[in-house]
Amino acid sequence: MGAQHFIETDAVAEGLPRLAARGVTVGYGGRTVIDGLDVSVPPGLITTIIGPNGCGKSTLLRTLTRLLKPTAGAVVLDGEDIVKLRTRDVAKKLGLLPQAPVAPEGLTVADLVARGRHPHQSWLRQWSSDDASVVERALAMTGVSELADRPVDSLSGGQRQRVWISMTLAQGTDLLLLDEPTTYLDLAHAIDVLDLVDDLHESGRTVVMVLHDLNLATRYSDHLVVMREGSILAQGHPRDVITTALLLEAFGLRAMVIDDPVGDRPLIVPIGRTHVQLN
Amino acid sequence: MNGTDVKRPVAPGVRFGQVSFLWRPWLVSVTLLLAAVTFLVFCLSIGVGDFPIGLSRVIATIFGRGEQVDEFVIMDLRMPRALAGLLVGIALGVSGAITQSVARNPLASPDILGITGGASAVAVFLVTVSGGTAAAVVSTVGLSAAALAGGLGTGLLVYFLAWRRGIDGFRLILIGISVTAAMEAITTWLLTTADIRDVARAQAWLVGSLDNRSWDEVRVVFWCSLVLVAVVAGVAFQFKPMHLGDEVAAGLGVRFSWVRAVMLLCAVLLAAAAVSAAGPVPFVALVAPQVAMRLARFPTPPLVASGLVGGLLLIGADLTARAVLPVSLPVGVVTAAIGGPFLVYLLVRANLR
Repeated sequence: MGAQHFIETDAVAEGLPRLAARGVTVGYGGRTVIDGLDVSVPPGLITTIIGPNGCGKSTLLRTLTRLLKPTAGAVVLDGEDIVKLRTRDVAKKLGLLPQAPVAPEGLTVADLVARGRHPHQSWLRQWSSDDASVVERALAMTGVSELADRPVDSLSGGQRQRVWISMTLAQGTDLLLLDEPTTYLDLAHAIDVLDLVDDLHESGRTVVMVLHDLNLATRYSDHLVVMREGSILAQGHPRDVITTALLLEAFGLRAMVIDDPVGDRPLIVPIGRTHVQLN
Repeated sequence: MNGTDVKRPVAPGVRFGQVSFLWRPWLVSVTLLLAAVTFLVFCLSIGVGDFPIGLSRVIATIFGRGEQVDEFVIMDLRMPRALAGLLVGIALGVSGAITQSVARNPLASPDILGITGGASAVAVFLVTVSGGTAAAVVSTVGLSAAALAGGLGTGLLVYFLAWRRGIDGFRLILIGISVTAAMEAITTWLLTTADIRDVARAQAWLVGSLDNRSWDEVRVVFWCSLVLVAVVAGVAFQFKPMHLGDEVAAGLGVRFSWVRAVMLLCAVLLAAAAVSAAGPVPFVALVAPQVAMRLARFPTPPLVASGLVGGLLLIGADLTARAVLPVSLPVGVVTAAIGGPFLVYLLVRANLR
């Protein structure tokens, strides 16, 4: 692999899903969370899984990344059953950022991002000039080059999340799976991180993420997967999916759906009990 | 990146033929310096005794160019003790570095994870219970081997008790502390009920001592440590991403439960081998990786440097016990004197954050 191939695009076939779940059943210790679920990740888009707490959205993401093994069905990555692939080969195709990862105290930004090269290294060949240039580009793309020598634990939450995304980028995959990348971030930093995710999508990567905030999910995704109680309630473009009826059905949330005054997506206005005037 | 600014690369590497790695000048120099200092203190420790031998003569003899008198004193009388100290220290240092990395907690050392407690309980049981079977076990497999089995057994017990769909560092420590407490209770009970002469023998073993080591005992630790360190070195590359947590490691293509099981097994065996050779020398496995991290300015316990600090600490403590202090003490007393305050320092620092 040459340094110029930041993304390995050889396996991309237009229109065909690179990652899909076929009838997967997953659970923890006897308790089934997801039962016979089918889903495909459309290539080149940002897909976001939403749903109420405990609906199994993180479980689905963890199954798609092979962190959980389905008891029935299969997850297919580039036409092959992901369970049968070598862990290293999966890591060369699919980058994963778990929820709220923690770096060892004192680890520098450059050092953390450099560890993203692990799947491409071996016991003897632990570092190459390719690795160095990929890491530099990953740092630059996420806007953290200036922080390279700082310890990760000294950064703000938003910067830290950029650094972790940078590490996932250094892995050099064009498929990125992010589990709640905006957890613990204030709204400004959440927007900042999601803008970065959109940059990654613009540069040709396929992104799958789990988000809690429905309006952020609607604004930043091309494809929404709405889950409830371990199955998929609806999926498609946010404009087609987000309706008052769906919000009530999926979340039990009374809300109005209006046109986003600054965007081309719907905007969800929740209706609570107080300070509401409904005409 | 458009190369408008020319600056040093973010992550420079070095290459020797097929071998390449990230260039960390500070870590490498600290490790080399530690190796040099450890060797010097090792030689110094051999020279000290009723028949003092100068440093240059010790080094000459080790490299096979000494006089015959020196050769007898050094190679036959003093080398087993010094080598046992060095190997036990290295084994404890590496073992501690692994357990602290796996648990991602500086408090996780083989002492706390029940390995030393288990080895001690078995050893004391065999020494104090004067029955047909106990005596038979000691005479056939030896006290050291029995202690090794005890340490291994307790380590595995802690691992399986702490297992709940994966290993959580904090749970591992809590289970370790409770199993250690149980083992210590057994040891205390055995000591209070046993014959007073056996108790004296058991106590001497329990403090941790390098007195009267023979080549036979050294040979056992040597081969155990050599094989285990080789396995650790082989798995070390896959172990590196584990410092970032299980899920990140899995995302980077590491089969983390397998890597962790192998490394923990090595850590348990290393600690058990060390305890079987020198008794439960306290605190070395806890202190060595933390000191190595601070010296090497490295965010995680560096394996090689931790081993070297462990060796240095043990020989240094033994040397202090024999040459500096007015009364000759077992090495375990000195390491406890150094390690106790260091544990307090770690706890205070952890609480401040």
